[in-house]
Amino acid sequence: MTAFDEERLARLIRALPPAPEAWVRAAQELPLAKAGLDEIVARAEADAHFKARLVADLESALEAEGYERDPAVIKALKVRFKSK
Amino acid sequence: MAQTLSDSELVARCRSGDQQAWAELVDRFSRYVYAISVQAFRLSDADAEDVFQEVFARAYEHLDGLRDDAAVRPWLAQLTRRLCIDRLRATSRERPATDEDLELAGSEETLTMLEDALTVHEALAATPEHCREILDRFFARDESYRTIGEALDLPAGTIASRISRCLGRLREFLEGRTQPDPPSSSR
Repeated sequence: MTAFDEERLARLIRALPPAPEAWVRAAQELPLAKAGLDEIVARAEADAHFKARLVADLESALEAEGYERDPAVIKALKVRFKSK
Repeated sequence: MAQTLSDSELVARCRSGDQQAWAELVDRFSRYVYAISVQAFRLSDADAEDVFQEVFARAYEHLDGLRDDAAVRPWLAQLTRRLCIDRLRATSRERPATDEDLELAGSEETLTMLEDALTVHEALAATPEHCREILDRFFARDESYRTIGEALDLPAGTIASRISRCLGRLREFLEGRTQPDPPSSSR
């Protein structure tokens, strides 16, 4: 990057609008969610039936087992188990 | 948005379990990751959200494996590009992409422009808060003079001149920071 005329600066500032707040918050809460996430992943690795239910319908399986509905955990689990 | 820690300092703090540092890292790179997926790869909102969360989930998980802490920016960019391509491949199995879609996906020109944009945003974070705020609100958040005036308690008539002055300061800052390399240096 060499030239910094003001028109170009304006264009470059405009090129990075904020990401949706909820996405940013969920990503920022990953460390807090990690403890809960680790527990669910460990259980799924030890229990093939539970894992199959997570893969088939993640949110229903978590709800049926009494897990709290944490969007960050759900997103991370969806990534992990490629569930819909 | 003010940047007080370098990228490598921030990564080192994240690795030591500092949750505030992690929040700062997400904040620092969230726009870049978002822009790569929606501008360079033109993902839908739903796909972009999945990619966004997956990028940061993987980054969090694999931060220990980063060889050079200062290289977190290209590392995140590469991770985002790879996940966008995976997502496009998965989508094209369900709905074949046109040649034009594929040609536009991940355009190098757009990716280079976004790298430059992040450099400018980093410079912006080092400018005085009143400049940072007004330039971000006007250009990146697309707020009107009226909205900005109300938020910052400024007369609407002074906003245009402030924006112009702040752009000038940003330009001076960037030019000062990027003096040409001496002739002997080659990159």
